[in-house]
Amino acid sequence: MSEPSQHHGQGNGDQHHGDQHHIVSPGIYAAILLALLVATATTCGMSYIDLGEWHIAAGITLFWNPVVALAIACTKMTLVVLFFMHIKYSTKLTKLTVIAGFFIFMGLISMTLSDYVSRAWGRW
Amino acid sequence: MSDSTAIAQGATADAAHPQHGEHPPYQRHHFETVDQQFDATNFAMWLFLLTEVMFFGGLFTAYLIMRNWYYRAFVEGSHQLSILWGTANTTVLIISSFTMAMAVWSAQMRRKRSLLVFLGLTFVLGIAFLGIKGIEWHEKWVKHHVPGIHDYSEQAFLNPASDPEVYKEYHDKPLSPAMAQKTEEYFFLYFAMTGMHALHMVIGIGLLVYIFIRARTGAYTNGHFTFVENFGLYWHFVDIIWIFLYPLLYLISRY
Repeated sequence: MSEPSQHHGQGNGDQHHGDQHHIVSPGIYAAILLALLVATATTCGMSYIDLGEWHIAAGITLFWNPVVALAIACTKMTLVVLFFMHIKYSTKLTKLTVIAGFFIFMGLISMTLSDYVSRAWGRW
Repeated sequence: MSDSTAIAQGATADAAHPQHGEHPPYQRHHFETVDQQFDATNFAMWLFLLTEVMFFGGLFTAYLIMRNWYYRAFVEGSHQLSILWGTANTTVLIISSFTMAMAVWSAQMRRKRSLLVFLGLTFVLGIAFLGIKGIEWHEKWVKHHVPGIHDYSEQAFLNPASDPEVYKEYHDKPLSPAMAQKTEEYFFLYFAMTGMHALHMVIGIGLLVYIFIRARTGAYTNGHFTFVENFGLYWHFVDIIWIFLYPLLYLISRY
């Protein structure tokens, strides 16, 4: 425990194993915090403005407000994952696993939703 | 956690590899290097978080379907939530993610005092989040908007003018009795999602206390910060869930 270890000394994590223990500087964390707070204020502000809707086809309408709100939320998530959760600096295996996980998640959601929208509800 | 076992193993391991001291005491013997050990545990943490994504994903999918079916009920249910508290809580949680990231940085830089300060700040912000959440839940209780309970009240949706505080801002139209019933669906998802999120916060705060107590004795600032790093991943994950809950639950048709 008190044994001195030569690994990962003050701020020079880089020199051991490439990007493994890249130490993200407080400046970057502060910049991300600022971006997240600005994005939160933007989401909140945008919700008070009617961004209109898009009639794609008969019975199918896309409302822009939730689309914008979710786009901002996805941006915030990406910032948190890349910087706070260090994925930008992680191994290729971890990066690929995270991307695959979200891909499967999106697949599950879209397959479930396509089932729900395409059923002949109440007609059997 | 098991520094003592590492030391006990170290005593017998001297025979196994004569030049002891070529690896730090916290490196388990089944790993080639400290980096490999870090990557393995970090990878495992991500696998766990992805199962958590699937877990919350079920709730989000249910939300999407119900919101499409009973949109008016979701709009008027959402108008019952306080934007002020919701935005305040989002801000509190985002700042707590920042302080947690700084705690990880402190552990990496072996700065014990700063680690304790940032862990403490994260703890306080976590408690503040739960406190605000408690205020909001209490308000739902007082207004009889807790679903599944016999005295659930549809009054504010059948006759919006009866709830002047909300009515003066949004001028909601009365819902049909069938649609007003569906507001219970909205509040069910509201409580299920924020409740499950809060449960994760409670577990996180418990782990924070554990980490804080151990950090006081110098753990995590000896170069072995894996546990703090992986706990940080959990904390940020909980933050991400809230980043989606905030617009989905609070910001439906506020104009």
